[in-house]
Amino acid sequence: MLSSIISIVNTTLMYSAPLIFGAMSGVVSENAGVVNVGIEGIMTFGAFVGAAVGFYTQDPWLGLLSGSLAGVILAVLHALASVSFKADQTISGMALNFIGPGLSLFLCRLLFNNKTTTTRVANKLPKIFNVVDVSVLLALLITIFLWFILYKTKWGLRIRSVGEHPAAADTLGINVTKVRYMSVIISGLLAGAGGAAMTLGVVSQFTPTAISGQGFIALAAVIFGKWTPQGAYGACLLFAVAQALSVTFGGGRIDIPSEFLSMLPYVLTIVVLILFVGRSMAPSANGKPYKKGKR
Amino acid sequence: MKKLANIFLAGIIIISLSGCSWNDPESVANDGVFRIAMVPDMGGVNDQSFNQSALEGLYELRDETGAQISYVESKQFSDFALNLDKLADGPSDLIIGVGNVLSDAIEEVSARNLDKNFAIVDYSFGEDIANNVTGIVFRAQEGAFLVGYIAGMTTKTNKVGFVGGIKNVIIDQFQYGFEAGVLYASKERKVPIKVINQYAESFADAAKGKAIASRMYSDGCDIVFHAAGGVGYGVIEAAKESGKFVIGVDRDQSYLAPDNVLTSSVKNVGTAVKLVAKELMNGNKIGGKNYEFGLSEHCVGIPENHKNMPEFVYNKALTLSKQVETGQITVPYDEESFENYKSSIDN
Repeated sequence: MLSSIISIVNTTLMYSAPLIFGAMSGVVSENAGVVNVGIEGIMTFGAFVGAAVGFYTQDPWLGLLSGSLAGVILAVLHALASVSFKADQTISGMALNFIGPGLSLFLCRLLFNNKTTTTRVANKLPKIFNVVDVSVLLALLITIFLWFILYKTKWGLRIRSVGEHPAAADTLGINVTKVRYMSVIISGLLAGAGGAAMTLGVVSQFTPTAISGQGFIALAAVIFGKWTPQGAYGACLLFAVAQALSVTFGGGRIDIPSEFLSMLPYVLTIVVLILFVGRSMAPSANGKPYKKGKR
Repeated sequence: MKKLANIFLAGIIIISLSGCSWNDPESVANDGVFRIAMVPDMGGVNDQSFNQSALEGLYELRDETGAQISYVESKQFSDFALNLDKLADGPSDLIIGVGNVLSDAIEEVSARNLDKNFAIVDYSFGEDIANNVTGIVFRAQEGAFLVGYIAGMTTKTNKVGFVGGIKNVIIDQFQYGFEAGVLYASKERKVPIKVINQYAESFADAAKGKAIASRMYSDGCDIVFHAAGGVGYGVIEAAKESGKFVIGVDRDQSYLAPDNVLTSSVKNVGTAVKLVAKELMNGNKIGGKNYEFGLSEHCVGIPENHKNMPEFVYNKALTLSKQVETGQITVPYDEESFENYKSSIDN
């Protein structure tokens, strides 16, 4: 019994950390009115750069930092296309989902003797009290910080106003382009860090399947959490708990076929969404490029 | 401006979708050179697993006989048939699809190109096999049997685990072969050994593999065997963090965690591919047949590296290997044959 509870808690925390990074990435950019469906691609690139730098420098923190910066590079592309050139944000986000894995594999083969996996890093990110990955704590701190910024500071108000009504924000002297650029860049930073947290914490090397759907689940968590940091955090935890339950009680420990048990996270998410979450409202200008003077 | 950006982005998507590498074989035929072309599955030729093994086997063949080798990688599932078609239009004498995910594509393309020889790894078309297709399958259960035996002899807690990807005939070979090996050791040591089987329902999710294996280790298993592709990276990670043993799959995985990988259930796809290609080169007909490779052909087995286990266990495993080769022991490969095996060993 005790071992089951410990297993559930451990798995939940381990599973949720990369998801939370991804979800916060989505929250920042979508609150500023830029849809980011490219989280998966950015996470993959962050995962690769994080693992590669972590291997060469033997410093996981430097790896995490580089992974985040790698995320920024892709995010700038997204911002360039969707904010400056006013392209369709979904399309440019999807492009990231192709560029991220493609670029990662290309560079991986270039740097690691034509292999599609990196060599294992010597040092992983530390664990708190030797039990919980440090990324779990980081994810919580970032969520609190983001909540504070978005709802308690004037920068947060600017970000949200740009996402709700960019024309009004513009009239009041807020530089819409600048705020959106900043938000997308921070979004890339967080997604890149999430990817690196995966390859420097959960496992210790990059593989082509290192990021397998986490970015898309994070995207769903943003909507599930009604575009708030705390809501998205909860959604990620819920998903991770369900995953932990399916792991802890799988393997013939209870008499449910493994296939059904594996559906649990998805089924539970849908059920909670229908029963408890209710109508969720996206930021009004989410997904709409802003054109000066257009009403 | 917006339109321009859209066109640009669409262009990027199209380029990345169609971006598959393409080693063009010279288009001049009838020069006496034997040409073999290969289409790996989504893992690509550097997957450090069976695609890579297949290509390495072909390169060995090239060095021995001067055969010409080429390959085409696919970016998505729908590219398989396309790439096979491209190769069939070229001068290749033998076209090999690596991995059972290519079975549909091979069936389709081979029907259109009756003058070409095709082979598929890890898939058997059984009796209905076309005249120009060769199936290459493995008795992976024989390698799994040996690692199961080693696990059963090495375990201190008398509890071991198996992590599978998604249940299918290939993974069944690993699971039941492993269980049979553990059972064999348990009879020899006269202690009951428990095997916990759990499936990740994925071949990609390393985090889930880590969670499942961590759970097994905290549950008292001290050795876990995985046959789960990318999920396995998480399993090995869990072994490392818990300081327990793990058994690798497909190739000697000890390079991933030298102190924690007890042994590996190796599948030498390259050796098998080489054997089949050689048959054809020697003028024998290989079409319409399914080849099965196991311990006796040195296509499955365990690596020589055995620093984490007692010497006598390794030697006994080699003796056992001989018994399997000579047919004294028949290793089960699915649930039914495992039940039969169990009742035969009980008597």
